Amino acid sequence: MSREDPRVPHHFESAEQQTESARLGMWVFLATEILLFGGLFCAYSVYRANHPDVFYYGTQFLDKHLGALNTMVLICSSFTMAWAVRCAQLGERRALMVLLSMTLLCAALFLGVKAIEYRQKWKHGLLWARKFRAEALERSPTKAGATWAETASAKTTMAAPDGQPTSGPAASNPLTTGTKALAATAAFEDRTSIPPAGTAPAGVVSGKKSSAAKPSERTPPENVQVFFSIYFLLTGLHGLHVIAGMLAIGWILRRARRGEFSSGNFLAVDLVGLYWHLVDIIWIYLFPLLYLIH
Amino acid sequence: MAHPSDNYLTHTRGIKSWLLTLDHKRIGIMYLVTILGAFLLAGIFALLIRTELLTPGQTIVTADTYNRLFTLHGAIMIFLFVIPGIPSALGNFVLPLQLGAKDVAFPRLNLFSYYLFVFGAALMVLSIIVGGVDTGWTFYTPYSTDKARAGVIPVLTGVFLLGFSSIFTGLNFIVSIHKLRAPGMGWFRMPLFLWGLYATAIMQILATPVLGITLLLLIVERVLGVGIFDPGLGGDPVLFQHFFWFYSHPAVYIMVLPAMGVISELVSVHSHKHIFSYKMIAWSSVAIAVFSFFVWGHHMFVSGQSAMANMIFSALTFSVAIPTAVKVFNWLATMFRGAITLTTPMCYAVAFLSLFAIGGLTGMFLGSLATNVHVTDTYFVVAHFHFTMVPVGVAFIGGLYHWWPKITGRMYSEKWGRIGCAVFVAGFYVTFVTQFIMGTHGMPRRSYHYLPEFTALHQMSSAGALAMATGLFIAAGTFIHSLVKGLPAAANPWGGASFEWQCPSPPPHDNFTETPPAGDPYDMSDWEYHPEIRGYVRKT
Repeated sequence: MSREDPRVPHHFESAEQQTESARLGMWVFLATEILLFGGLFCAYSVYRANHPDVFYYGTQFLDKHLGALNTMVLICSSFTMAWAVRCAQLGERRALMVLLSMTLLCAALFLGVKAIEYRQKWKHGLLWARKFRAEALERSPTKAGATWAETASAKTTMAAPDGQPTSGPAASNPLTTGTKALAATAAFEDRTSIPPAGTAPAGVVSGKKSSAAKPSERTPPENVQVFFSIYFLLTGLHGLHVIAGMLAIGWILRRARRGEFSSGNFLAVDLVGLYWHLVDIIWIYLFPLLYLIH
Repeated sequence: MAHPSDNYLTHTRGIKSWLLTLDHKRIGIMYLVTILGAFLLAGIFALLIRTELLTPGQTIVTADTYNRLFTLHGAIMIFLFVIPGIPSALGNFVLPLQLGAKDVAFPRLNLFSYYLFVFGAALMVLSIIVGGVDTGWTFYTPYSTDKARAGVIPVLTGVFLLGFSSIFTGLNFIVSIHKLRAPGMGWFRMPLFLWGLYATAIMQILATPVLGITLLLLIVERVLGVGIFDPGLGGDPVLFQHFFWFYSHPAVYIMVLPAMGVISELVSVHSHKHIFSYKMIAWSSVAIAVFSFFVWGHHMFVSGQSAMANMIFSALTFSVAIPTAVKVFNWLATMFRGAITLTTPMCYAVAFLSLFAIGGLTGMFLGSLATNVHVTDTYFVVAHFHFTMVPVGVAFIGGLYHWWPKITGRMYSEKWGRIGCAVFVAGFYVTFVTQFIMGTHGMPRRSYHYLPEFTALHQMSSAGALAMATGLFIAAGTFIHSLVKGLPAAANPWGGASFEWQCPSPPPHDNFTETPPAGDPYDMSDWEYHPEIRGYVRKT
């Protein structure tokens, strides 16, 4: 394209230079996005390294099936997005619009499933630290949780009829002092009480682990609420990115309807596509890190 | 460009043509005005702090107000002056000119980041009205998670927005440098200021998002109570320190590297000599950018991190001294046997070298574990910090004098420029050398009260601060005088060979009618002085 092309801003020599600049800019922006999530992934790693039991325990309360469904949905949306970019390249307006709409639909489906998950958590009080209700751990909000509850009650007497934790045979094991911790977690609901010093976390680089024991799936460990905090932070921030991506897709869908794209001019579709793939790939990491912990 | 007098200042008129401009030069000037306003505000806080410290105990403000004063002085200076000063104000103006480009790669994004900056700055200043924040500029938990402290959220949101403004500026600069270099300008034919800005932009891209998420976590911690940093909910307050310094240590180089870029320009141009060892200066910028990511733990030697981590961080800290020293020696070698003209920018460049050498070397004292533990949280740290950060301000003012003729098309009074510089630097030494002495004697930082035996030193320090303010007001006077009565500036008043001196002063809207041929930006032998225009002209 010549310098005279009116669509090329005055400070670019050619459309090619503009495209290259925009793509580089988008890639750099994606790098900053990854680093934004990087902080949370780092928090995740630090807490998981220091308190592995919390993660092994907390993960049972997440619904693997819904998580897997959402993963499928997002992978599909990435596929339709990539196909949409190809259609934009070929200048097929109709197909582009259909595929962008399908991508939007997948994104909406994802948020819908996420909303169901959040609602379940909200109902059971499995929320971030301050809102966390410790007695929720005794219920069985998910299948995984149910298995746990059954086995737990079969093996030990974790909960007395009045719902208050009592020491069962498990408490005699010095490595599973979970019942005491449960009482401590219950105290968090009431923010006026200060937790016992013993539950305060170890320094990040002190190398001290909160529990030397083999992580147990049976007894609620100390500070299990932190797992749900991290769950909500990671999925919440990701959810915001999904919404931002939907807005961007909606924007290019509108432009596509007006016929603004052609085989020589599809930069915006390309860039939004890159962004959407990033949103997907972050979920691809979130799913195993939160739902599939063994 | 229709008329010779048509320049970027007169190209379009009206307030709207400024507020909605996409011209990097005008955006640079808007940044400049905003940043200087913040500088004035934070400077007033500094003077209030020094006035309070004239006597032990309460002098003019209560202990609580004092805590707010030093917090706001630090936060505003750092986030609204030192970090954006050189890249956003001078960088925006100079970078496309030095590249031989018509604008930055994304002019709209540039304007957007300016408004993010203004909005963030406004939120920070708003917090003063809401009641003031007294956490220190580092926002350490648990101070910052304490519900009783008002105004923390607006400040954090402000800094979060400023961070994204800084990220977008960095993104713009990276893409501009990659894609908009004039034909024939290879990486090693760029002026060193651009290398400084490039290394800075890389750090802005890599470190600032981490600050963003940290501040976001802190906000969420306050609003929802997620228990990431709050030990009462099972969180870890030390993790905040790690996150914060993972950004904030690179951030000190985000502040210093552009300053070093400016100094490379000033030293070479005003010595009328080719920069000594161009490639070493360029690579040392990159080396500093890389090393700076691995030393954050040296801010946390007493936070309870393991002895092993302390030793590793201490050793890595020393590595930063190597590229820094490479730069300093190269600047000295550039000046050696050069035809030095002690113009005002050169005075500021020399001041930078003298102050930064002390700042850098005391950094080595603090990097060694035993000394660090001894002087942690004393005035020694305060003095060291100011000996590294104020040179950034010095380089900023020096750079402003250097590019002032290009920005405004007018010259300033060299005599008063030099006097202002001398008064400022003398005042600085008095202010902060006394603080080194107090620090080694155990004067704790962030305290409005002190033992009576420190009184004399504190009063000397306050007198020095007054001298610094005087020097700055003289400098401000020269700028205002120049705007009103300054002589018209030549296109190339200093004899520099980089692109920005090859377009008229002030530059036309499009910068260059024709991109000049790219050559060695430090080969100044082609330019000779013509006294009648007070500037240099290329030999014919």
